[in-house]
Order: sequence, then C-alpha cells, then structure tokens
Amino acid sequence: MTDITLVEAVNLALMHEMEHDPEMVVLGQDIGVNGGVFRATVGLLEKFGNERVLDTPLAENMIAGTAVGMAVQGLHPVAEIQFMGFIYPAIDQMVSHASRMRNRTRGRLSCPMVLRAPYGGGIHAPEHHSESTEAMFAHIPGIRVVIPSSPTRAYGLLLAAIRDPDPVVFLEPKRVYRLMKQAVEDNGEALPLDTCFVLRPGSDITLVSWGAMLHETQQAAEQLAGEGIDAEVIDLATIKPIDMQTILESVGRTGRCVIVQEAARTCSVSAEIAARLAEEGLMSLFAPIRRVTGFDTVMPMFRLEGHYMPGTERIVQAVRQTMEFA
Amino acid sequence: MNQTTTFSVEYHRFLRPDGEPEGDLPPLADDAETLHALYKNMVFTRLYDERAIALQRTGQIGTFASSLGQEAIGAGVGHAMQPEDIIIPSFRENGALLFRRFRVRDLLLYWGGDERGMANPDLGDDFPICVPISTHTTQAAGVAFAIKYRQQPRVVVCLLGDGGTSKGDFYEAINLAGAWNLPLVFVINNNQWAISVPRSLQTKSETLAQKAIAAGIPGIQIDGNDPIAVRHHVAEAIEKARGGGGPTVIEAISYRLCHHTTADDATRYRSDEELEAHRKLDPVPRLKRFMEARQLWSDEQESVLIRDCKAEIEQEVQHYLDSAPPKPESMFDWLYAELPQELHQQRQSLLVRESSND
Ligand SMILES: Cc1ncc(C[n+]2csc(CCOP(=O)(O)OP(=O)(O)O)c2C)c(N)n1
Ligand SMILES: [Mg+2]
Repeated sequence: MTDITLVEAVNLALMHEMEHDPEMVVLGQDIGVNGGVFRATVGLLEKFGNERVLDTPLAENMIAGTAVGMAVQGLHPVAEIQFMGFIYPAIDQMVSHASRMRNRTRGRLSCPMVLRAPYGGGIHAPEHHSESTEAMFAHIPGIRVVIPSSPTRAYGLLLAAIRDPDPVVFLEPKRVYRLMKQAVEDNGEALPLDTCFVLRPGSDITLVSWGAMLHETQQAAEQLAGEGIDAEVIDLATIKPIDMQTILESVGRTGRCVIVQEAARTCSVSAEIAARLAEEGLMSLFAPIRRVTGFDTVMPMFRLEGHYMPGTERIVQAVRQTMEFA
Repeated sequence: MNQTTTFSVEYHRFLRPDGEPEGDLPPLADDAETLHALYKNMVFTRLYDERAIALQRTGQIGTFASSLGQEAIGAGVGHAMQPEDIIIPSFRENGALLFRRFRVRDLLLYWGGDERGMANPDLGDDFPICVPISTHTTQAAGVAFAIKYRQQPRVVVCLLGDGGTSKGDFYEAINLAGAWNLPLVFVINNNQWAISVPRSLQTKSETLAQKAIAAGIPGIQIDGNDPIAVRHHVAEAIEKARGGGGPTVIEAISYRLCHHTTADDATRYRSDEELEAHRKLDPVPRLKRFMEARQLWSDEQESVLIRDCKAEIEQEVQHYLDSAPPKPESMFDWLYAELPQELHQQRQSLLVRESSND
C-alpha cells in the first residue's frame, strides 16, 4: 500500500471499478490517450481499450446527454467534464432528464450515471476555471452531489457514486488534487453516501465544511486548539442529500456552529445548513450560526483570488467571534 | 480553384398527393398486409387525436398535441421498427407510439398529468415522451452506443421536429452519431411550423436533411405524407444501421394541419389559404385512394375499420377514466431507488396533511 494523492485515488477507483464492472464506461474530453488534463483517467485507455474509454467530441451537453442514454440502457457511464466552468450546458440534461428519469417512468427506467468534474479555485488557473457552483446541482431533486476532501474519501466515495443506482454529480476539489498523500488500500470498499464524516471530534464548536476548504478548516481547528478551543470538524461529503442528523447531533453537544465554504454566499449549501439548524436545532445554539464563504462576486481572476478564498485566518476569527458570544 | 467535395440531397416519393404512384414502387406497395397496417395505424391515430381533443375540451385531460396531417410519419416509422428496436420520441409521434407498445390509456394518463402514463412495463426500453425540445437527441446517441457496445442487433430511432433541428443538441447528437458510427436513425417531422415560427425563420439551410452532411452522415428528404415512402426509407435506414452501416437523418416533409397543441390558436399566425392548400396533401386519403385503385380496400373494410378503432379507443378511454388517482406520496416514491433520509420527513408531512384533509 503506497501513499497516493487525491487525483491518484480517483484514478484508482476508476481502475478498480472498470476492472470489476463490465458495464462501466468512461467518457469525456481528452480522457483517453491524454489521461485527462489532470490525469485522473491515466492508464485506462491502455488497460480497457477505446470501446470503454471514450474520447468524445467537444460538447458538454452531448457528453451528459450521451451518458444519460447509456445509463438508461443499464450501462454505468462515468462522464468527465474537464472543468466545472464548462459544466453548465450539462445542467440541462441533469435537471431535465437524469434526475427525473426514474420518477417520470415510475421506476421503469433509471439513470445510474456519474458526472465528474474538477472544481474550485486556488490554482491560479485561467478565467472560468475556478468556480464553486455546487449549489446549482444541490438544488436539483433526484440527484446526489458528492465532494471528496481526501484521497481515502475520493476512492471510497467515487466507488459508491459509480455503484449508486441514481445519478451522482461528483465534484473534485482540484486545489487539493495533489496537496496531500494518504495510504489508500485498493480493496474495492465504498464509503457510505448521504453521510458526514467527523474528521476531528471536539466539544466547543462544530465546524462544517467540504472539499478543499476542509484543509483550511482543519488548520484553523489546530490553531484554535492552541488557544484552548476544542473544535469538531465535519466533512459534509454528500452535499445533497445532507446528513443533518450528524450535524444536529454535533451542534446539540457544542451549541455553536461555523460553516465554511469556498462558494459564493447567497442561496448556497451553507445557507441550507444554517436554515435547517435554525429550524431544527435553534434551542441548542448558544450563539448565532456564522458562515465563512466566498463573496457574492464573480470569482476573480487569479491576481485577486487569494483575496476571495476564505483562508484559515477568516475561519479562526469567525470561531473566536462565535465563542465570544455570551 | 479546386473543389474539395460536393454534396446533394435526394428527395423521395412514391405516391403523389392524389394517390397515383410515381416511378418504380418498392415491394411493400404490393403487400396488402403492410398497406393495411399502415392505413389502420393512421386512421386509429386520427380518431385517437380527435377523441383526446374532445377529452381536453371537456377538462378530462390537460394540454394535448395532435398529429393531424402527419400520421404517415408515425405509421411509417412504427411499422419499420422491429419490436426490439428502441424509440426515442418527442411529443408528436402519437402514431409511432401506438404502433409500439404504448396504449391509448398510457398516453391519456400522460396527457392527463399522470407519470404512470410512461410507466407501463411492456414499453420495454422505449423512452418516455420528451418535452424539452431536442434534449433527447443526445440521449439517443448514448442508447445507440449501449446497444453497439453490447453487440445487439438493435437500432435506435429518434424523432424530432423541424424546430428541434435548430438546437445545438441536434447538431451535437448527429455529430457524435457520425463520429462513433452509431446504429441510430433520426426522423425529422418537418411539419413547417414550430408553434408560430415557420420553417423559413428556423434556418437559411435549404433543407434540414443537409445538416446531416456536415456530420458526415447521409441525410435525405422524403415526402412525409407518403406512408409508403416513409415506411420504405425509414426501414432502409434502420436495416442499414442494424448491419453496421451507421446513422441516417431523414427529413420527412409534412404539414401540421392542427393547432400546435390544444393551448394554441394557429389562426393567429397562419392563413386559411395555406392550411387549405395543405389539406390536399393529406396522407390518409392518399393511401386510401392508392389501395382502392388496386382493389385492396373497400367501403365495407373502411366502415369496419372505423367502427373497430372507435370501439377500441372508447374502451381505452373508459380504462383511463376509471383509473385510480395517483397516490400523493408517489411523488417521493420514485425519486430515488431508496428515499434518502432527509426526504422521509417531507413525505411524512405530506401524508399527515393528506389524512387530515380526508
Ligand atoms: C427547449 C424547449 N424550448 C421551447 C419549448 C416550447 N415548445 C414546445 S413545442 C415547441 C415548438 C417545437 O417545434 P418543432 O420542433 O418543429 O416540433 P412540432 O411542435 O412542430 O412537432 C416549442 C417552442 C420546449 N418544449 N422546449
Ligand atoms: Mg414543427
């Protein structure tokens, strides 16, 4: 068992499942010979051939629509959109078809597909390569949205997404694609979907985050520990549906909550969590819920992106303010 | 100047509008059984449309899209397909769907606002009606890939309208169908109108068929009101695809003799003269005259057919009217294979509300 990065874990999961599921195919732009622009599909073409590893023409709506057709026929397509900034033509297929196929045929047909895309800022990429628009997908009934934050979770959650009988949008935080390495055993074991992961138990405050921001959130928790503040860190992992039970249980113990996300603030996933805490957990709160988020601005180009990204300092400050609330 | 390549688009027709044959007829023109099947489907579809409009007018179904004047397309496509083939329809292919395993009661349920209309397990792999224009075209490519991947001798037939050919979806789909040599036939019902927008405003392209040429696949035009031409050329394209010969685009030229839907008033945007001129191209009397001239159809057969169709439709309508209302909680029950935890509460709140209403 060697230590691997998050993007290598994505590759490992794809390899594993291609090996064990003859109904699985992968499709997308530059995913064949090139192995994907981030190398997530590297080696698949050599191993499984161009009948199952499909370089497509350049058309995102078509990639999603073709995956819908494949999935309705019972294949397990895993379609890659090169960057989330180009995923929007595919939303039509997700909202109008993938998410509805089972419902509108009362189970006669279904759509077990995965739509993968790297997302998020912080890598000094060109314009349109850094957005975090996961909430657009989280708003769609009938699909799942899953975001891993580490190599082990990337491996286990991607396996779960591919095996899930319903459509899953799997968003990969590209800023941490190669940030950390973990020992990942290629045992084919999926992690559960629709479940949060408690990364760090704590008793004073609950920090909820997902994707790349968990890196800063955990750093903040370390720093706060030095100040005597014991923060619990929760990886949301499945953005939709949200595992509120775990969050409510945690906030029930800590009485305080800060939600951290890279995405713009309004109508975001953090807004949903805050609303549900207000609805279902208000009585256990000692302080207002705080959110550390991106601004409601267009994601700036990279000379300003550092000012946009919610860094460790902003998280630490939000926690201090929450703790200071009488 | 060097000419890299040249293109042309064929146009095919076997029956003139008056039912007189034109040129060499294909063998099916001598096959009474096929002609009767085509004719029966067209007559049945027209009577079904009429009945459905009456149901809409009396508030017993919602908005409905008739296929009046375009029945030859549905009949020809439906008859050309094998049972194991897969149809991926838009919403105006009533005849094609009735030729498959869709029953009148299914279609009425659907237009009556009930998801169960697309649920009949006998429909097999056939797709449900697609409302967002052209979005089903790329799905058709995915389905065609799946059957090619599994080396099944099946073909996908995707139907769309003239308006649908203006969408990127269509271009993306035919492009992929060509690039991957998929067993896929696109049939365009060019009924000259997309609600109020005439064909001339859709595109400057002289034909819709020629759009296929840019995708490297054959595109032909046929008289879409000639059931023999539709049946013959669609079957030819299907069998070519089945044999590994790749996709085809068929532009079937027809005319929408009806309003766009029951929610539309076509007198707002098209003239009576235009409508009257096109009534003369009606496919139903065209085939009838052809069969009569060959002593393949009698007044007696006509009246029996109409009586039988009406009786069957009435039975189906009754079935629809008698169907139990859908359960409110069914809006949750097919959303996912297994209802996620967070939705149990919402489902429960609906059940509680419903029972307190009782
Ligand atoms: C993407 C999309 N845009 C608009 C509509 C509303 N609409 C329904 S049918 C229609 C016209 C379709 O024209 P055409 O493709 O020629 O098919 P026809 O109705 O003539 O059979 C429009 C604009 C829709 N259903 N989907
Ligand atoms: Mg039209």
